[in-house]
Amino acid sequence: MIEPLRLWHYLTRYVDGFLLGGILLLMLTGLFTLYSATDANLGRVTNQGINMLVALAIMWLIANIPLQHIMRIALPIYMTGLVLLLGVALFGEINNGARRWLNIGVTRIQPSELMKIAVPLMMAWYFDKHEAALRLRDYAVATLLLALPVALILRQPDLGTALLIASSGFYVLFLTGLSWRIMATLGVAAAGSLPVLWSMMHDYQRRRVMTLIDPTQDALGAGYHTIQSTIAIGSGGVLGKGWERGTQTHLDFLPERSTDFIFAVFSEEFGLIGNSLLLLLYLIVIGRGMVIAANASTQFTRLIAGSITLTFFTYIFVNVGMVIGILPVVGVPLPLISYGGTSMVTMLLGFGILMSIQTHPKLVKT
Amino acid sequence: MNRRVELRNHLREQHNFRFRLAISAGFVLLLFLLLFARFFYLQVSQREHYHTLAEANRISISPIVPNRGLIFDRNGEVLAHNYSAYTLEIVPSKAGDLEALIHELSTVVEIAPRDRKRFKKLLEESKRFESLPIRTRLSDVEVARFAANRYRFPGVEIKARLFRQYPKGASAAHVVGYIGRINDKNLEQLEASDDLANYRGSQYMGKIGVEQSYEKELHGITGFEEMETDAAGRVIRTISRTPPIPGNNLTLSLDAKLQEVAEKAFGDRRGALVAIEPATGDVLAFVSKPGFDPNLFVDGIDSENWDLLNTSIDRPLNNRALRGLYPPGSTFKPFMALAGLELKKRGPQHAINDSGYFSLPGSTHRFRDWKAGGHGVVDLHKSLVVSCDTYYYGLANDLGIDNIFKFMSQFGLGKKTGIDIEGEASGLLPSQEWKMKRHKQKWYAGDTISVGIGQGYNLTTPLQLAFATAVLAGNGTAFRPHLVKQVLNNNNEVVREIGTHPLYTLDLDPDNLRVVRNALVDVTQPGGTAALAGTGAAYSFAGKTGTSQVIGMKQGEKYDESKIRERHRDHALFISYAPAEYPKIALSILVENGGHGGSAAAPIARLVMDYYLLGKLPEEAAALPVDQEDEEGEHD
Repeated sequence: MIEPLRLWHYLTRYVDGFLLGGILLLMLTGLFTLYSATDANLGRVTNQGINMLVALAIMWLIANIPLQHIMRIALPIYMTGLVLLLGVALFGEINNGARRWLNIGVTRIQPSELMKIAVPLMMAWYFDKHEAALRLRDYAVATLLLALPVALILRQPDLGTALLIASSGFYVLFLTGLSWRIMATLGVAAAGSLPVLWSMMHDYQRRRVMTLIDPTQDALGAGYHTIQSTIAIGSGGVLGKGWERGTQTHLDFLPERSTDFIFAVFSEEFGLIGNSLLLLLYLIVIGRGMVIAANASTQFTRLIAGSITLTFFTYIFVNVGMVIGILPVVGVPLPLISYGGTSMVTMLLGFGILMSIQTHPKLVKT
Repeated sequence: MNRRVELRNHLREQHNFRFRLAISAGFVLLLFLLLFARFFYLQVSQREHYHTLAEANRISISPIVPNRGLIFDRNGEVLAHNYSAYTLEIVPSKAGDLEALIHELSTVVEIAPRDRKRFKKLLEESKRFESLPIRTRLSDVEVARFAANRYRFPGVEIKARLFRQYPKGASAAHVVGYIGRINDKNLEQLEASDDLANYRGSQYMGKIGVEQSYEKELHGITGFEEMETDAAGRVIRTISRTPPIPGNNLTLSLDAKLQEVAEKAFGDRRGALVAIEPATGDVLAFVSKPGFDPNLFVDGIDSENWDLLNTSIDRPLNNRALRGLYPPGSTFKPFMALAGLELKKRGPQHAINDSGYFSLPGSTHRFRDWKAGGHGVVDLHKSLVVSCDTYYYGLANDLGIDNIFKFMSQFGLGKKTGIDIEGEASGLLPSQEWKMKRHKQKWYAGDTISVGIGQGYNLTTPLQLAFATAVLAGNGTAFRPHLVKQVLNNNNEVVREIGTHPLYTLDLDPDNLRVVRNALVDVTQPGGTAALAGTGAAYSFAGKTGTSQVIGMKQGEKYDESKIRERHRDHALFISYAPAEYPKIALSILVENGGHGGSAAAPIARLVMDYYLLGKLPEEAAALPVDQEDEEGEHD
């Protein structure tokens, strides 16, 4: 009886049960929804299950690493990511009109995915280094650290990822206490640069924005996704049509229904009640992340925990907002539910960091 | 000190951080509330709307076109039926370059120039998303060959369709009519009559004749299939099926054999014949020559044939029996005679001395009889038998136009008979009122004189003449002439009988009727104007010849047939009924530019009567007296 107990202790020592519970419930929801979305394609569901297990394992590994170690590799990871992004810009493979992948001989990698973690790590590291007295200059440097990869990713173009990385960096800035005045100035500047941004946007990106304003304008093109997903959600009603009984889903009307639009499947089949429960579940996970951040002992851990949690929220909001037709269609998956291994790993990597922060002895500077 | 600063710094940092985190938490909650509000809007407030949209997405309703009702003659012979065949159809909007496509297609399936022309015509008339036939009636080999090459032809499909066919061809084409593709005008009509829903999926509808006038009966009720489809429009399963109700069948009053006999009797001549059963109003034969093949129209007529039919000087598409307007000529006289008797302007014994012309009192203008020098002493009987004009000039003058108008109206002249096909002309029975309205002139006494012999302003259709003759044959009882006798449902059970009740019965003195009818029998006897046609008839054969002028004659000008171009020759008319004692058939005949009624029209009547009453086919009846130019022949 001793051995299993020790193994259990060994396995769970650095795992936050609360967070894990929420994650597992969300994953389970994801698997059920995926089963329906793929028309009972057990192969896809198994695949996703394996993705989840791999991601959980990575999360466990990260959770076991004390944050000081992670902090130490923040700069190298960031630099590597930046070099790879430059590599993509110069030698990347073009796929569907976007240059996102880099062939490194053995396999193809997508450096922007790495930057989702590397950017907040780097920025938190930078602020931790300069925590004593933050000056405007520090914010300028931090903003540059953020702007460089975001600009490179925007050029690929990959609006969704750029947006997520930009927001993760912004959260770091915000949480360090960036003054409201500067934020207001930046906000005005951002608003002022919108026309410039518009002129820099690709046609398909502009179309997506226009489509948001009036989806019927391009009902069979860019608007089709939004129209079909709102029909799916609206027709789900309060109770939903029942698991595996969504007509929009099963008669092929919903596009990308196992990936970016999986929320429409869930919503059609489980209705307003399902949506509310799902939001609640997400809220629990976010809440737990915030508690971990609030209790974190160092500036680095605090900032990284806060950024990860708020970025997690951003994923949810952008994805759901796009599916229900209040945000433009950008390629952002619904965390822990959308089909796909990469985002799952990135997501759980973050949760691993959160767990590590929570479970390792807190270093209070004395 | 240093440590305290750091500690304070640290605490302040944590405090700041928690403050900012709290703001973020509020932000998160706010945005989640926004999401929830949108869920609520979509899933509660707008649920019905989106539910409807989802259903519309999911369920497609496709119409099932009902089988069109069949058309039979009174003896059950098929006049219009349907058969199933494959067509090759193109949806122009999906096809791209049509010229190239059709060229490619012609390497797989034979496409005749006629098919191309027809397709071109259809294309001009249709909308781009409609499916249009390029070839109809494909053989099995052709179907197989296309199926194997199908991938090469996007927007081209093979469809099994029901086709209308008229096995009798041109015979009775004007009556049976034809169906054709529904055009924009038809669509408007359907929309106006609220029938558009029932025509979802229908491509054809009746265009003329019974096919048109009984469209509602023949079409049937469109069924539909509710099918669950996916986004690509593929059918997943059928949810429900409401079968169509086939159209009703029609039994015409027409006798197809009689019709054919009558048509043959015309030979190459242009003209019309309408035969009516006096006791019922059944139209037994309805001929308009020349005819046309209605089968040409069924899947869209090609432009060549269309032009041919439209530009022909003979105007085969014109329904002469229904719409042709001709002065009734002397066929008007029996009714005039009856009017004279009924209104007591003439007695049977009253006779005039015909010196060959009539003049109004105080006028030198001479209204000439067709026979120079006149017919001598003429009473009412003789006036009909020899067709004396002078007698009727005087009678018309004595009756006056108002009386003539009133009396002739009772026989249906000058108004539509109300026959059950569309497009009927109402003819013209002149009156004072009409002349004032039409010509802004008062009526002169002289106008009345030529009306008395069926000339002047008089215009009738062959159908009106047949109707009037049937009323006379029926001793004043009028039935609305009708081409359809019975409407039958799909099990051939009678749904509706038509024409069993008389329209009205005229109050006529039987003695007067007898006088006129006796005279009409003698018209086909030796000495009568149709004596030759009546030779050897095995039944009593009543009739009245007529000849109507095509061009006006100047006063005193002698009519010279040889000098006048064929198209300006007189029209020959004949009205008739038999057996005279209890008429089973009454008819009117018009032969355009035929010359004399007695020689050109009456023999046709004889052939028709012989067949209808005795069952004699024209081959047997060919021994009839041939038209010989006869000095004593009727010529009025």
